Amino acid sequence: MDAAALTSRFPATQDLAGKDMPTYRVAGSDLLAVVSALRDEQGFDLLADLCGLELQGRPVRFGVVIHLLSTTHKEYVRLHVDAVNDRVPSVSSLHPGANWHEREAFDMFGIVFEGHPDPRRILMWDAYPYHPLRKDFPLAGIEVPFPAADVAEVTGQKVEPAPMMGGPFVSHGGKLSEGEPTALDQSWTEEKPKA
Amino acid sequence: MTMVKSDFGYNSKVEGEVIVTRADAVVNWVRSNSVWPMPMGLACCAIELMAAGGSRFDISRFGMEVMRFSPRQADCMIVAGTVTYKMAEVVRRIYDQMAEPKWVVAMGACASTGGMYRSYSTLQGVDNIVPVDIYISGCPPRPEALLDGMMLLQEKIRNEGGSLRRTFRGRTVETKIVS
Repeated sequence: MDAAALTSRFPATQDLAGKDMPTYRVAGSDLLAVVSALRDEQGFDLLADLCGLELQGRPVRFGVVIHLLSTTHKEYVRLHVDAVNDRVPSVSSLHPGANWHEREAFDMFGIVFEGHPDPRRILMWDAYPYHPLRKDFPLAGIEVPFPAADVAEVTGQKVEPAPMMGGPFVSHGGKLSEGEPTALDQSWTEEKPKA
Repeated sequence: MTMVKSDFGYNSKVEGEVIVTRADAVVNWVRSNSVWPMPMGLACCAIELMAAGGSRFDISRFGMEVMRFSPRQADCMIVAGTVTYKMAEVVRRIYDQMAEPKWVVAMGACASTGGMYRSYSTLQGVDNIVPVDIYISGCPPRPEALLDGMMLLQEKIRNEGGSLRRTFRGRTVETKIVS
């Protein structure tokens, strides 16, 4: 990994001093050139992972993390990209394996990958109106119409918030607890609603 | 030489013993011992379903080894696994394509109630979209539990009344036995 070549050629690239692998914050406008240079000049030929993330308390709400692996030098590099205005350039033209990862990041976070060949949802159905992994989305879900109108007509079924029974169920911090994971607030259930 | 058939009707020497019974009982007996299941394998329960089909647990002892992957040829849909809202539509459509009479087994916690998936994506029990006859507990249930559930389903089929009468698209259809 030739770090100097990367930072001198792309001045906006910032070394984040990753503890486990070289980590850089890359500007969105540089992303394609950086990934292309890493692939063609430094041997990072395999896209190991691409995921979206939401970090609270930062000016840019969403970001994308890309892990690249060099199968010749046996080393990883990690790239952080901020999604300014929720937009990031798609790297699926350089690494075809990024296609579905980017669709998942779009589905779960609403990050738009510019230049993606097939920008559809991948996990939720196409008409779903929310992005469920955002921090302001409740785990139980929000009521929306059932995906298929004809099935909904026959069954009367809607997409409903899941019963949480005081959950989410968590293990009580610290060392490995021996008890079962329990709800943080056990004062209410579905039969006895919260006061 | 000409042969003249002189005895009409029942001949015990030719036809052997005769059992007289109700049509319901015969139909139910036939149905209960040839339940052709359709595996609706959606998650890890499907692995246990496959084990139940294998030689160690051997679902064919109960006349159910003929797993049919077409709803047109199946009698019983075994919903084995987590039903997401996205998949629920498909499950219902496949159920609609099955011919009457048809039964549904909800195998495992997820198919019965949503299980541990209390989340935005998961249907909280397949009984919200299709009528379920047997619920099997477990996460996933062992093959023995599935076999127990299927034997309970056989018991249920045997005790069904009006087996020649079915509701089809809201109309009651009577099957006539022509003798």
